[in-house]
Amino acid sequence: MDILYSLFFDYTLRTVAIGTAIIGIVSGALGCFALLRKQSLLGDAISHATLPGVVIAFLLTGSKAPLVLIIGGIIAGWLATLLVTTIVRHTRIKEDSALGIALSVFFGFGLVMLAFSQTVPNANQAGLNRFLFGQAAAIIERDVITMGVLGFITLGLMTLFWKEFKILSFDPEYAASLGFPVRWLDILLTTLLVVAIVIGLQAVGVILMSAMVVAPAAAARQWTNRLGLMVGLAALFGAMSGVGGAMVSSLGSGLGTGPVIVLIISVIVVVSMLLAPNRGLVWNWIRQQRNRHRLRLETVLSDLYILSQQHQDPSHGHSIEILRAMNVGRGGVEHSLHILLEKGYVQEIGPDSWVLTPRGLAEAKRLLQDMNGLPQPLQEVTVS
Amino acid sequence: MDSKTKALEVTDLTVAYQRKPVLWDIDLDVPSGVLMAIVGPNGAGKTTLIKTILGLLKPAAGHVLIHGKSYIEQRQIVGYVPQRGSVDWDFPTSVLDVVMMGRYGELGWFKRPGRRERDLAHDALTKVGMADYADRQISQLSGGQQQRVFLARALVQDAQIYFMDEPFQGVDATTERAIVTLLQELRAAGKTVIVVHHDLQTVPEYFDWVTLLNVRCIASGPVSQVFTDDNLRSTYGGRVGFLSRNGTATEVAYGHPV
Repeated sequence: MDILYSLFFDYTLRTVAIGTAIIGIVSGALGCFALLRKQSLLGDAISHATLPGVVIAFLLTGSKAPLVLIIGGIIAGWLATLLVTTIVRHTRIKEDSALGIALSVFFGFGLVMLAFSQTVPNANQAGLNRFLFGQAAAIIERDVITMGVLGFITLGLMTLFWKEFKILSFDPEYAASLGFPVRWLDILLTTLLVVAIVIGLQAVGVILMSAMVVAPAAAARQWTNRLGLMVGLAALFGAMSGVGGAMVSSLGSGLGTGPVIVLIISVIVVVSMLLAPNRGLVWNWIRQQRNRHRLRLETVLSDLYILSQQHQDPSHGHSIEILRAMNVGRGGVEHSLHILLEKGYVQEIGPDSWVLTPRGLAEAKRLLQDMNGLPQPLQEVTVS
Repeated sequence: MDSKTKALEVTDLTVAYQRKPVLWDIDLDVPSGVLMAIVGPNGAGKTTLIKTILGLLKPAAGHVLIHGKSYIEQRQIVGYVPQRGSVDWDFPTSVLDVVMMGRYGELGWFKRPGRRERDLAHDALTKVGMADYADRQISQLSGGQQQRVFLARALVQDAQIYFMDEPFQGVDATTERAIVTLLQELRAAGKTVIVVHHDLQTVPEYFDWVTLLNVRCIASGPVSQVFTDDNLRSTYGGRVGFLSRNGTATEVAYGHPV
């Protein structure tokens, strides 16, 4: 409870938590568009590519004011996306390779600049290293204000251009045919993504920031089929992991904030992938089992029907072995028979002698009719 | 044909991908109020032609007029049905939402679709027989249903001239019938409909106008005059064996001149 108490009353921790929450909200929301446009890798490239911009901005100004470093990062991230589009447009190199090139060139250059900055005699230089892995503990009020203002502008523009970004993400060619300037919209949306990434660098670091773009969106996608809800959920997941990360790393365990934030969002992703209704793995498994179960019942039922058609006497019983022989490799015949018995579709008229009840006969007829008629997806055929 | 009755006028249109011409010196006049098929082998440039007319691709040369004016001026009267496979149907949105996108151009910047757009979208969905699916998530649709949704989206554009890229691809017979009926209704309402089509057999039955395309425009005109064995052979080039079979089938089935 101490930690929760501090969250509200400890000034330092509260500042840090607000900062990381803003990061999570903005990157989660914008990340949805990146994910839906299959541009998750772009987030990775942008975040790595911002490093040289941050370092050069510091070297040029000697200042570590958040806005200065952020603008440096934005310019570098933006140049990297420009490089990617130029490579894709003018060479035969595909987008994934172009992203790889931009990422490694910019990041490598950034590391060199970082090493160089350590040799410059300036008392202020210490701490640039934190841009690699992030150090939320160092967030102070002016950082939060900068993040908040930039985040607010970013989300505001996203809301304003909501309809345009939606059609751009779903069907850019159609959007162009309607007269929307898709290239400019694309540039705008990418710029917002760059801003979302850059404001998180200080706390999460260039290496892990891309997770904050992809992971909340991927988790949110599992839970909903509506874009608005997906963006909201992603923002919520992002905020949760941001605040959680700030709290855990403030316990003084020596854990970096960035890694903890990413760990938390990873847990959210895993849980979402497993448990989300409709799309989750567990849900799919249950549905599969249910279908298989129903299919078995239907097979046994229709087999009994076929057998009964071969005998003039409807009260002629059939043994499990015959049904098993008709069901090679499927198994569970006996179990299915007992369920059908409970449902009143079959009855056991003697030891190991099974027949269809009149209800079972009607049901089997209906089933076979469905199968022979219009092709029907299995889910819609129900035994009840 | 003066320019008023011409729905579409393409002059000297040439399109190249990295120096390789995809469309070469296309001249095309399409009168208003016809239902036209664009046919040709794979790689003939059918999709490219449509996309260039719609300004989605930049031509190396030539120009396009729609009802006598450039596409940019006439955007409001043009409807577009792209290939169904061109989008990700797992996008988190509903059928109604996708159909309402057809109104986005008319709505203009920043305005969100409202009641009117919703009503128009519902009407269009009813026309394509998908009224019950308005709230469905689009990933749950079958191929034919996806195609109907795209058609509905074009219908809410309330255009004068429609361009459709392979609307019959991968749809079942019922949907194909429904789409054909819809296209013929559009023609009856005086609209011009231009359709990239693959099945040569059904051209005489479905369409009254046809353009045979293979990088160059081989022929264009009324189906009864232009859809001949000779023209088909020059369109489909080397695959004469396949072609004459097709040609004969067409001839036998519909009694067209060879």
